[in-house]
Amino acid sequence: MSEDVWAAQDTHPDAIEAALRELLRERHAANEALAPARVLNLIVVVDREWKGEIANRLERAGRYHASRTVLCAVEEGRTTLDAVATVSYEEPKGSALGVMHESVEIDLGPDHLRALQTICDPVLVGEIPTVVWSPHGHPEAVEALCPLMDVLLLDSDEMDDPAEAFARAERLRKHAYIVDLAWLRTTPWRERLAATFDLPERLEALSEIEELEIRHREASMASALLLAGWLSSRLHWERSQLRLWDGRLAGQPGQGNGDVIVSLHTAEQEAPGLAGVTVACADGTTLSLQRGEGGLDAHERDSEGAEHAWKILGASRGEGGILGEGIRQALLRDPTYLPSLEAARELSPA
Amino acid sequence: MSATSPLSAADTENPLVEGLERLPVHPTALVIFGATGDLAHRKLLPALYNLAHEGQLPERFEVIGVGRRTHEDEEFRDTLVDSIERFSRRRPDPNVLEGLLNEARYVQGSFDDDEIYSELTRTLDEFDQTAGRRLDRVFYLSTAPEFFPVIAGKLGAVGLNQSERASVRIVIEKPFGYDLASARQLNAQLLDVFEEHQIFRIDHYLGKETVQNLMALRFANALFEPVWNRNYIDHVQITAAEDIGIGGRAGYYEHAGALRDLVQNHMLQLLALLTMEPPTAFDADRLRDEKLKVLEAIVPPSLDEVEAMAVRAQYAPGVVGGEEVPGYREEDGVARYSRTETYAALRLHVSNWRWAGVPFYLRTGKRLSRKLTEIAVILKQIPHMALQSSGSVGIQANQLVFTVQPDEGVSVSIGAKIPGTRMRIRPVNMEFRYGTSFLSESPEAYERLILDAMRGDATLFTRNDEIEALWSIIDPILEAWKQDKSSTIPQYEAGTPGPREANALLAPGQMWRRL
Repeated sequence: MSEDVWAAQDTHPDAIEAALRELLRERHAANEALAPARVLNLIVVVDREWKGEIANRLERAGRYHASRTVLCAVEEGRTTLDAVATVSYEEPKGSALGVMHESVEIDLGPDHLRALQTICDPVLVGEIPTVVWSPHGHPEAVEALCPLMDVLLLDSDEMDDPAEAFARAERLRKHAYIVDLAWLRTTPWRERLAATFDLPERLEALSEIEELEIRHREASMASALLLAGWLSSRLHWERSQLRLWDGRLAGQPGQGNGDVIVSLHTAEQEAPGLAGVTVACADGTTLSLQRGEGGLDAHERDSEGAEHAWKILGASRGEGGILGEGIRQALLRDPTYLPSLEAARELSPA
Repeated sequence: MSATSPLSAADTENPLVEGLERLPVHPTALVIFGATGDLAHRKLLPALYNLAHEGQLPERFEVIGVGRRTHEDEEFRDTLVDSIERFSRRRPDPNVLEGLLNEARYVQGSFDDDEIYSELTRTLDEFDQTAGRRLDRVFYLSTAPEFFPVIAGKLGAVGLNQSERASVRIVIEKPFGYDLASARQLNAQLLDVFEEHQIFRIDHYLGKETVQNLMALRFANALFEPVWNRNYIDHVQITAAEDIGIGGRAGYYEHAGALRDLVQNHMLQLLALLTMEPPTAFDADRLRDEKLKVLEAIVPPSLDEVEAMAVRAQYAPGVVGGEEVPGYREEDGVARYSRTETYAALRLHVSNWRWAGVPFYLRTGKRLSRKLTEIAVILKQIPHMALQSSGSVGIQANQLVFTVQPDEGVSVSIGAKIPGTRMRIRPVNMEFRYGTSFLSESPEAYERLILDAMRGDATLFTRNDEIEALWSIIDPILEAWKQDKSSTIPQYEAGTPGPREANALLAPGQMWRRL
């Protein structure tokens, strides 16, 4: 990977934008096969002392990186803007096309955050969506960026209280489309549950679910609630708040034929997200999915007691993959997130 | 607590599917005939691995290879691992790879041997038993074409063409027939055993993103439809150029030639997608109905018209990429006086209201100056050139170019003013490239098509009547060339854009686009 770099201290957004434009022009003039990516802008607001960690996370997002990333690093006591603009690319081989990505790191102070849109706006590429991610909080920055942002990337698992995290998502969805990393951690589980019940002989069993057990890493209760919320919203369960009972969260939402026992358990697990799901139906059938090496370990007991176990293949995306998926999802729209969020809020313990 | 709106038994749609990018695929056993062949190792197995890696395979998935080479199951798995490691577009995850292949089975024997079908039945039943349910079955015929009817017949004879409470499908690789008569015969042989909805005739071009994007561009944009007709389009050029020779495929190529190898299937499919009327919905039959209608509107030439609308040629020795290369007749396995064409160019007309009078030029060849597959739609010149001024190349007709390879994308050429004090115009390009406009890597065509076949979605596969319509266009040309044993076949120097004779197909004022 090659890079062209510009840096300045005590600078101004117009100067940053002009520098980027010039870097792109010079590189394109040197090699016409290099063209700038034009998919989306990503604004990241971080504490300056942790910006390396966030840069590493972005690096691990792999090919799903933004066309132009604007990293705003907040430093206590700073009153001026320092900036580094970088255009990175791989020289294309033969007649292939090479793609350039741009990144800007702006060091700024807390006082800049209330008017952050005036700093970021000139630096963004026009006519493409803008995604905002503020992993270290800074709600005033997110609020300031509302007029610019099309998509807000957040992680409901990062807040201690899921109810508070869901309330934040609910509040911010009025300003932008929400991509919630906690929701994306449930994707393989949702896909597999959907596939399991897609078989004609199992479809009817959806209305006969009696128990839903979700096992999750302690810090990923939001993911677990979102999965429970998804099933309850898709299946039109009437919801009630889960309560702590016997060391787990449990409740009895209702569906057509009666109550469903929903319980959430914490599980020892290094990776954020879910560890397993078990669904039991009225006819005695149970299906259990458990995270394993190279995919999910599935176990089924049918209504006659016969047991089957198999592996559902799929490589773990890791947390870098989840962030990359979050950036990719910014270009899509999932109609089931908001109903699931609403349901998860209703299920959330007080 | 009471129910709000319970799911009724009458609901046939799976409510959990809404919003998911990856649609469910039912548990499936995939049987690959020709599992030790080149296509299986270079394309099919890497495609299966990538589907497994992304969690797109069915929850229960088993693979059985059938081939003539002697292998034990374990040895067969080792060859699969080796191929996936060599040809997959991503580095394999060892756990996923093991999960995909640890139950893979190999059935060895000749495709006309009854014993392999008995063993196949036993193995499939065993998989069903282990799964506790009937798995859907997909038979993928990646063999020489002479085995297609043999395998289909044998599958029918042992009852593997149907299954209670599960779907059975058969995927047929190209070439589908050698001419119209053999394609009809093959259709009849397959339809003796399978229903049409079970048969998936694959054309991997249809799995390419740019080819599907042709439909997106036409039917998801208001910009193009008003000019998509004879009033605005001057002509269309479809090019599939390769810079490589025939490699080790002389045995196949000597019998096929450029017309059968690329024009009859891929290039005519591109033409159909470009010219068909908008389907009312994007489903298999409505899309294929429209393609069939437009293919039937291409009037096949009579034998004595062929000379004026088709050109064939062979590559002679030349220089490609700085290296001297032999001519076609000097390649290993090629007859000294071979009359097989390595280059074909055609002029076709679509006889309907929309396209009357618009020529469609198709050309394909091996050992040309570069590798390029594209569709170029050349619009008519503007009626009055008030802006043209000396000192520039002037105003040129707008062109819309879909590049299928190497850089998938679309470009539109427009006239723009050259900066300066004079009103001088030159063409500039507005470009869309997948690499710069999307984050995702395009999946390999085979990944999409294998998944579609397992899901029973035939939208991107060729129907029986469609395949016969394709052959009907090509058949008279093949026949005329077969009958013509006297004239010499034009030669073109390897590494050039093709034979000069192809220029004669063009109308005055038109020229082939530069490769």
